[in-house]
Amino acid sequence: MKALPDLGPTRKLKLPKEAERTLHNGLTVIAIRRPAVPLVEVRLRVPFARANLARAAVLSQTLFSGTADMSTVEIAAELQKVGGGLSAGVDPDRLMVSGNGLVTGLDRILELLGDVLGGAAYPSDEVATERDRLADRIQVAQRQPAHLARVALLTRMYGKHPYAVQTPEVSQVQAVRPAQLRALHAERLHPAGATLVLVGDITPERALDTAERVLGTWNGGGKHVELPRTPAIEPGPLTLVDRPGSVQSSMRVALPAVERTHADHAALQLVNLLFGGYFSSRWTENIREDKGYTYGPHSVIEHNVAGSSFVAAAEVATEVTGPALLETIYELGRLATLPPKAEELEQARQYALGTLQLGMSTQAGLATLASTYAGFGLRLDYLPQYAAKLAAATLDEVAAAGAKYLAPANMATIVLGDAERVEGPLRALTAVERA
Amino acid sequence: MARRPKIPATKYPVERRTLDNGLRVVLAPDRSAPVIGVAVVYDVGIRSEPEGRTGFAHLFEHLMFQGSENLEKLAHFRHVQGSGGTFNGSTHLDYTDYYETLPANALERALFLEADRMRGPRLTEENLRNQVDVVKEEIRVNVLSQPYGGFPWLKLPPVMFDTFPNAHDGYGSFDDLESATVADAAEFFKRYYASGNAVLAVAGDLDLAETMEMVERHFGDVPARPAPERPTFAEPDLTSERRESYTDPLAPLPAVAAAWRVPDPINDYAAYLPYVVLAEVLTDGEASRLVERLVLRDRIVTSVAGYMGFMGEPWEVRDPTALLLQAHLPPGGDVDKVLRTVDEELDRLATEGLAESELARTQARMATHLLRDTDAALGRALRMAVLEQQRGTPELLNDLPRLVGEVTEEQIRKAAAALVPQRRATIEVVAGGNQ
Repeated sequence: MKALPDLGPTRKLKLPKEAERTLHNGLTVIAIRRPAVPLVEVRLRVPFARANLARAAVLSQTLFSGTADMSTVEIAAELQKVGGGLSAGVDPDRLMVSGNGLVTGLDRILELLGDVLGGAAYPSDEVATERDRLADRIQVAQRQPAHLARVALLTRMYGKHPYAVQTPEVSQVQAVRPAQLRALHAERLHPAGATLVLVGDITPERALDTAERVLGTWNGGGKHVELPRTPAIEPGPLTLVDRPGSVQSSMRVALPAVERTHADHAALQLVNLLFGGYFSSRWTENIREDKGYTYGPHSVIEHNVAGSSFVAAAEVATEVTGPALLETIYELGRLATLPPKAEELEQARQYALGTLQLGMSTQAGLATLASTYAGFGLRLDYLPQYAAKLAAATLDEVAAAGAKYLAPANMATIVLGDAERVEGPLRALTAVERA
Repeated sequence: MARRPKIPATKYPVERRTLDNGLRVVLAPDRSAPVIGVAVVYDVGIRSEPEGRTGFAHLFEHLMFQGSENLEKLAHFRHVQGSGGTFNGSTHLDYTDYYETLPANALERALFLEADRMRGPRLTEENLRNQVDVVKEEIRVNVLSQPYGGFPWLKLPPVMFDTFPNAHDGYGSFDDLESATVADAAEFFKRYYASGNAVLAVAGDLDLAETMEMVERHFGDVPARPAPERPTFAEPDLTSERRESYTDPLAPLPAVAAAWRVPDPINDYAAYLPYVVLAEVLTDGEASRLVERLVLRDRIVTSVAGYMGFMGEPWEVRDPTALLLQAHLPPGGDVDKVLRTVDEELDRLATEGLAESELARTQARMATHLLRDTDAALGRALRMAVLEQQRGTPELLNDLPRLVGEVTEEQIRKAAAALVPQRRATIEVVAGGNQ
């Protein structure tokens, strides 16, 4: 037998060089140096809670559709000239503009960004085009089991909270008018509380100067909107959504979780890994590698501004839907009532620590990480603190987190599938309610 | 004359070596982050699988993770992730790759794991049956449960090609998958997973001499087996238009994909390269030819994409391959009109040439994409491994942005002129999802 080689000495987490400045108009700019390739990554995060769903979605698709001086095509061509590209998206917490380009084009990319932030025109023709495109994409999503399961899960988790519905109806999208977009832009697209992250082959202080020069005149003001905390997830009967003829069932389980700054955060991350948060987890080894019920089961702690939650997802063959739920409850229950093995915990811990290094090792990864953290008031210096907590979490703490957060008694469960074929076996395990 | 942005390049040093057993090794050090990417690429893919065994190359990829000479089932996953890394594998038309990215202190472990399965995977009846089930679920998730599942990569080759290697379903039929045997797998391993048929590439935070010594230590005793002779998969070009359609019961809207054969990407590189750039001129962003015309102006499609090869990998495919265009249409959309307009735009490009700055800005954006792909150590390792395998020139990675930048307007016009209807293969998706 050949023996597995030992790991070399662990390298300490090294933070990149960065600088930060809050401009007079309220925009916070964070510039981070990673010079490996001659590019720059751009992430602008603007708080957008409670914005009208359909209008926000269309706005994100038409932000770059023209200004008083430039058309959609001209904006895109100008960005392209410096190897750049920008696009926008929304979720219930924020509007996000993401992009990248040759580092020599940073000034130009920010100028074009500034042009649309200050003067997006939402021309009627372009709005009509993007509205129809978005409506078509929603129609396609409504045929995708994963999307439908997500819609049902959000309703089940969030009840009347604004997070409960995150996709507009086709008819709502089609009713959006350019004037409404201009009004939404005027009301909400402002630098107060917004964060711009720049990562790349840059000198951080100089990048801040550039951002200040170009975006310092972006109109401040706007209004501060906060969401109420998310409601507690209510356990109860499994919600069964009928999709006749499905060859697979989409199973989703939600459980409570805590935010990144909570004392239980590191232990909960570890117990999530042990359950289903990585390939070498109990759930994956059980329902995929042992039983072949599914291709890609996965669990994750989702962090949103108004609250965090644990979500587990698997697409399982119709004929094994009942057995797959049985194994899911079994694995959750095992972590909630029995301590994990020390060796198993070490493996999850190494994975959590190693993937922090990997996540920071590219410009794009670093930019997304810094921008996400900024949305929660955190900075990259949170990383070494988090790493220290992961390193220090004891078996007892992880076992306690399992008991506290993963108990199957607290599950909210959704199954989307062929109800006629799966309802009987599911009823043998738990109470079932049709959606 | 518009000022052309200077196309930057990378300067990753590249070291090549061939071990006595025929394994080719590529090392590319870069100390900018304490992580490494390891890729092992075997020169066998979907095109080489035997008749009656559709999907076998991909099924075999799954079996390579199920234990090896010194490792139990599940050990590979646990060792990679327990060292802080992530892993995967994928099956392509012309190659199969296995890879991991880890903190740099786990390099030797990764080499050990890859060498162990190169010596021999554990091919057991139980693991085979288990992974047949998993692969069936993968196909259900990605093809059978999805609107536009398998479009166009599984649907267009049988229209364009006549021979089994080029035309068959690379995911495989359930019948073929279920009838696969352990003996088939052993034979496939013996023939195609030879040390002489593989390339190992390591990129990232490594020391050249030390790494080469580790590679010798772990791979040096892998029994030598020569690469099998690679048959030609050549087929004559189309001389008349081919067009087929099928009804997708989940798709709510029509879609279409068209493809034209292109010059041999390996042996006629100079003639091939302009097509790679042409695909981007046609479809990269809102300022591209076809997006501007079809989406923004005529509004006869909601999205259009253009790319090289059925898996969209311009630098990782051999002859025969194609330039593909695919478009999704609005409700009641007219596929004929879309194709006619594409023909018109191609003709206009061929006869009137490009607008000022159109080529230069497309090339600048392509440079950003190329440089961004290689920012991750794993992205570099994978691309270099395939460049070594198919061309013997891993250092080409550093030159790609420059070579793309050297393509001329005349070459683009000539390429566009070759995309005529009588050489075109088309597949149309009829929306069946609204009944």
